[in-house]
Amino acid sequence: MRLTCPLCGERDLREFTYRGAALTRPEGETWGDDWHDYIHLRDNPAGENREYWAHSTGCAAVLLVTRDTRTHEVLGSALAKGGGA
Amino acid sequence: MRLSTGGQIDRSRPLDFSFDGVTYSGYHGDTLASALMANGLKVVGRSFKYHRPRGIFSAGSEEPNALVTLGAGARAEPNVRATMQELFAGLEARSQNRWPSLDWDVMEVNDLVADFLGAGFYYKTFMWPKAFWEKLYEPVIRRAAGLGALSGQADPDANEKAFAHCDLLVIGAGPAGLMAALQAGEAGVDVILCDEDRTPGGSLLSSTEDVDGMAAPDWATEAVARLAAMPNVRIMTRTTVTGVYDGGTYGALERVGRHLQHRPGPLPVDCFWRIVAKRAVLAAGALERPVAFQDNDRPGVMLSSAVRAYVNRYAVAPGSSVTVFGNNDDAHRTARDLLAAGVHVAGLIDARHEATTDLDLPFYPGAVVSRVTGRMGLETVSLRTHKGEVKLQSDCLSVSGGWNPSLHLTCHLNGRPVWDEGIASFLPAPEGMPGLIPAGGAAGLFPTWEALESGRAAAARALEEMGQTVPHQKVPEAEGAPYKVKALWHVPGKGRAWLDLANDVTVKDVRGAAAENFRSVEHMKRYTTQGMAPDQGKTSNLSAMAVLGDATGRDVAQTGITTYRPPYVPVPIAAMGAGGKGRGFAPERLTTSHGRSLAMNAPMIEAGLWYRPSYFPRTGEKTWRQSCDREVGMVRQAVGIADVSTLGKIDIQGRDAGAFLDFVYANTFSTLKEGRVRYGLMLREDGHVMDDGTTARLGPQHYLMTTTTAAAGEVMGHLEFAAQVLRPDWDVRLISVTEQWAQFAVAGPQSRALLEDVLGRDLGGDVLPFMGWIPVTIGGVEGRLFRISFSGELAYELAVPARYGESLFTQLVKQAEARGGGAYGMEALNVLRIEKGLLTHAELHGRTTAFDLGLERMMSRKKAFIGQAGASRPGLLAEDRERLVGLRPVGAVQMIPAGAFLFTEGEEAVRENAQGYVTSTAFSPTLGHTVALGFLKSGPDRIGERIRMVDHLRGVVTLCEVCEPCFLDPEGERPRA
Amino acid sequence: MRFSGLRVLKEGLTGNRGWGPHWRDPAPKPAYDIVIIGGGGHGLATAFYLAKEHGLRNVAVLEKGYLGGGNVGRNTTIVRANYFLPGNSEFYSHSLKLWEGLEQELNYNVMHSQRGIINLFHSDGQRDAAARRGNAMINQGDDAELLDRDGVRRLLPYLDYDQGRFPIYGGLYHRRGGTARHDAVAWGFARGASDRGVDLIQNCEVTGIDVEGGQVTGVQTSRGAIRARKVAIVTAGRSGQVAAMAGMRLPIESHILQAFVTEGLKPVLDNVVTFGMGHFYISQSDKGGLVFGGDLDMYPSYAQRGNLPTAEHVMEAGMALMPMIGKARVLRSWGGIMDMTPDGSPIIDRTDIGGLYLDCGWCYGGFKAVPGSGYALAHLLATDRPHDSATGFRLDRFRDGVGLMDEEGTGAQHNTH
Repeated sequence: MRLTCPLCGERDLREFTYRGAALTRPEGETWGDDWHDYIHLRDNPAGENREYWAHSTGCAAVLLVTRDTRTHEVLGSALAKGGGA
Repeated sequence: MRLSTGGQIDRSRPLDFSFDGVTYSGYHGDTLASALMANGLKVVGRSFKYHRPRGIFSAGSEEPNALVTLGAGARAEPNVRATMQELFAGLEARSQNRWPSLDWDVMEVNDLVADFLGAGFYYKTFMWPKAFWEKLYEPVIRRAAGLGALSGQADPDANEKAFAHCDLLVIGAGPAGLMAALQAGEAGVDVILCDEDRTPGGSLLSSTEDVDGMAAPDWATEAVARLAAMPNVRIMTRTTVTGVYDGGTYGALERVGRHLQHRPGPLPVDCFWRIVAKRAVLAAGALERPVAFQDNDRPGVMLSSAVRAYVNRYAVAPGSSVTVFGNNDDAHRTARDLLAAGVHVAGLIDARHEATTDLDLPFYPGAVVSRVTGRMGLETVSLRTHKGEVKLQSDCLSVSGGWNPSLHLTCHLNGRPVWDEGIASFLPAPEGMPGLIPAGGAAGLFPTWEALESGRAAAARALEEMGQTVPHQKVPEAEGAPYKVKALWHVPGKGRAWLDLANDVTVKDVRGAAAENFRSVEHMKRYTTQGMAPDQGKTSNLSAMAVLGDATGRDVAQTGITTYRPPYVPVPIAAMGAGGKGRGFAPERLTTSHGRSLAMNAPMIEAGLWYRPSYFPRTGEKTWRQSCDREVGMVRQAVGIADVSTLGKIDIQGRDAGAFLDFVYANTFSTLKEGRVRYGLMLREDGHVMDDGTTARLGPQHYLMTTTTAAAGEVMGHLEFAAQVLRPDWDVRLISVTEQWAQFAVAGPQSRALLEDVLGRDLGGDVLPFMGWIPVTIGGVEGRLFRISFSGELAYELAVPARYGESLFTQLVKQAEARGGGAYGMEALNVLRIEKGLLTHAELHGRTTAFDLGLERMMSRKKAFIGQAGASRPGLLAEDRERLVGLRPVGAVQMIPAGAFLFTEGEEAVRENAQGYVTSTAFSPTLGHTVALGFLKSGPDRIGERIRMVDHLRGVVTLCEVCEPCFLDPEGERPRA
Repeated sequence: MRFSGLRVLKEGLTGNRGWGPHWRDPAPKPAYDIVIIGGGGHGLATAFYLAKEHGLRNVAVLEKGYLGGGNVGRNTTIVRANYFLPGNSEFYSHSLKLWEGLEQELNYNVMHSQRGIINLFHSDGQRDAAARRGNAMINQGDDAELLDRDGVRRLLPYLDYDQGRFPIYGGLYHRRGGTARHDAVAWGFARGASDRGVDLIQNCEVTGIDVEGGQVTGVQTSRGAIRARKVAIVTAGRSGQVAAMAGMRLPIESHILQAFVTEGLKPVLDNVVTFGMGHFYISQSDKGGLVFGGDLDMYPSYAQRGNLPTAEHVMEAGMALMPMIGKARVLRSWGGIMDMTPDGSPIIDRTDIGGLYLDCGWCYGGFKAVPGSGYALAHLLATDRPHDSATGFRLDRFRDGVGLMDEEGTGAQHNTH
């Protein structure tokens, strides 16, 4: 698998670290369903998935990657900072 | 028998080699198989299950029978395909899976009792008595199974891995692959052309056809010369593409040094390539399939294409009287080539009634071979013709059941092949193989001209998809007669007919599996083991599926085939794991004091990827404990020096750096004054402790965080995630400076005096209070001095740019030794911290909370931080959680081994009664007894209680007193002195 | 038909014509008491124990492909009871006891081979962790021995003791650990369940779960609607999709785990060896192939295949630990879909929907759990009370934080376990 880092270009999978599903973090200070959802529950789709990857042995940028979990096809990647735009 | 003329062997270069201890001679250009055949050997191996004598069956990597062990000693290599092994002088090969010899194999008894050993018989027996499985049945089965043997010694050979990148990867250098490479090469794109043979050319090398008016092998040679002259084309011979992975990544195995008697210097045996290509043309050709009939596994029964390869390419007659049997025109080619080479053909048998021939030989249209005889080599071939049975005397039978496209690679990304009635085989799926374009035989286009043209067209398509212009490329004239085949999988009859030669799976086995309701192809495969041998069923899968379909009332298309998975040919672990041997498996990180520590005879131990000194032995010290106790005493009474550079150091800057630290730490840092240092506790989002460390404020918007050695990388990744994803709008920048700074702990009552000497300045309480830091200059070098303590003593850590580390360490140690102290290592460091109840990852093991560690008050209520909500879950705050305590022995046994469990006195040491466990333990030379840390249910409420410690593993049971997790200077006066 | 050596002899003498189907192929009935979604190891074992232990035979197992085609047919076949956290300890201990009588119970040779597992350690800290684990195993009533370096060398003379990047300090030896023939486990449970009246229905994909008034009433399938009083989701890596049919989100992310097998070789490796520093484990099958694997590929996937970085790392680890396997050739690689949970431990529980049950979250460790999981889920389905061995596998533990079983200590990101 190859991912495209917007800063470094297309690189081999081994340069990246998966950092979990791309979800919106609740900001509440007390535990509740929103936190349970965020930390534990997953849509876990068989299909398009939005996920975070860190270019950990490259530039350290965290990417927002859209990827098909059935085929591993990478449908898009962008810097997470800036909302993945 | 060697033919007197012809072939592509070099008769001027004879080579001696041995097989089973007997010396034979072959030629440069031979494979081991062709050389064995030239020397008249019929039997080269024994079958997996029934130990039946077996001969050479193919001329390529699909070989199911001719697997041998090459070499001896630690270099012995099992399961080498004789058909792929190039002959070299001095080659030593041995047959496998036989005892005592290839000719006399006692396990052949299995063949006599085969009726009891049908597919899956072992699932139905060997169950009584129960204890006999591991003791009797399994050892016997294990010894009988397996093929070749590993030497049991470390593989001494060199292997490599490499990356390559190209625009177009062409897999296979037969007619389709050569044309694809020519087309793409002329277009100027970067091309890699891989072929598993030593010489490019594929089927052309064994062909007597003309291409472009010249002999097929000559055309191939010329095409290769043209390609070799193109700077943008790289030809990789002896290279098999083994797997297709995502994103245009291909795995390939190059056999670099296997054809050499002596590999020069560092030349590897194999190189495993990771090839990244924008597009690939699959021109891997096709594999011929046999027809199953009674005893069709006898030595001398051979694929028709293999017969042609041996005759035409290697100038070897596979028999003195060859019978040719087929259901397609290819059989006729073989018969023609045999006659042309002067080999006697006993008969040509074509299963098709309508077949004709103009060859001068006994011809049997509409007939089939029903059985053969000849245990150690073919003797007779029995035909079933419309006139009745005919028996031919023959020592070789050429079989052609048709061609199967080599579409394996198209399945690696889950593409599912589709049945094609015209070729009676499966074709690559039109979808499910992004970037991979099949051509030639792999696409079911078998005639040479079609292969050439489809190779050109595939490359043209790839060029167009890459946005390149497609230059005109002439396709040479070549044979184009259409391929005609009439499916014939199995000739019905008595006895056993083999489908999978390598795993000894017969038609009867497949039918039996179907009768037992193993009707799915996957069930049949797994029950009979068909297709699971070293050849992965390359020549047997389709026939087996057809027989299964027949047994279950389905056609082949409905039956389907099993999934092909990487690798296409087996890949040595040493190749794919190249670099992992010895110390190569993981990087070695060395501190600047490493050399000095070694010079001081310190044993080095692994700490993550780092090496750290365990202790620094002095004359007269016989055990590590003596050194460790002395070093602890030095720190407690004088001064010790330890390299602490391995702790992670993260430089954090930006307008929001303070707020960021408040966010990532449970406690507050934005209020930290410049020049001050604070202990910080970091949680994971799920509320458990991730790491701890100290962070210093270097400037208004500038902090320096330290992490534990073990978690440095994890923390860095966590902070990057927090900064970029969770707080993207904040102005904060992070960088690891772990390797940029060397840092040394100077610990002990004399540390201040030592540093005042070294730095030439006053370090009194007001200048640098506990948990403060100051910039310092030492020998003109700017450094940082932190007053922090991981020993509980008056202590400092002095940091300088890494290039000055070694000299500073040397100087500090010298100064310390002059004051009755010296260097101390990890052992002493650990004792010092346990005496003080300070934490490491023995306690921060990922399941503990701030509450468990007695640090719940560090969780600020005034600001939001990562892990705050998670830590507030009721389960993480329950009073009866296992919480940190100190332990000291109060019984006769003075040991408290880490990993032991704690029980209430008088209760049995079983899980239900477990109250906690020991995490860290040390003999305290300061206190004169063992001290330990551990976790105990409701621990802080049980201080003073006596508790029973049980270590089943090491047979230690003792009584402990539960105490505060700090054994020394509980008020913390020493570091503040 | 009862299997035995005598029977094999008799059939051999009479042309092997007497062997019948190992399981029936019934058409689905319109209604069952219990429908189990998923004909893998866990689903088949559940059906078997429902029939055998609870006399519940009006049960169907619905399998979208072929029986045993999921992770039970694509794993590295290791069977062990070497967990150390309460909740896991008692469960795997119970499961191993079931394994120890499985051949006789099923009348099917699943080749359970208690050849011993050695978990190597490479530092003092790892020795302490291994000691804690071993003591926990003995607390539970299972076996464990702490080997020093020489003890390991006696058992595994072929490891690299001299040059290795991570020197071998010792190992935790679990003699009762071992392997089994994975496919046979599925087939044996299938045969046992089918013989007891359970309907095993292959090529029957569940496309919907019917819920009325908070109570499950049946399922929609590719072979028509089937009513059921109780429905259990036992679909491993596919649990998320199936649960979504009932409107549930699960604490599960599906990841790929690769495994590898070499060509057949004469016996060279008699135990199961695990190399934690390298995320590598290996054993040799009775057929002679070295069966080995490593860590997850570390990205969500349903593709049942992985990529090169993990494959290469696994083989590098193998070369680091036991360079004698260098000349063994990898024959085949494959991938399974692992249902990873936030603490790396499984779930066997009821759901908020009446009559809907979950058995999932087995991560990369579901094979050894097959009998235990089937036994515990059958008990829960039959009695609506968790079995004593599986009280820790609550679905709600993530929400309330009570009784988390994070053996790796890596926290709630699913793939880190």
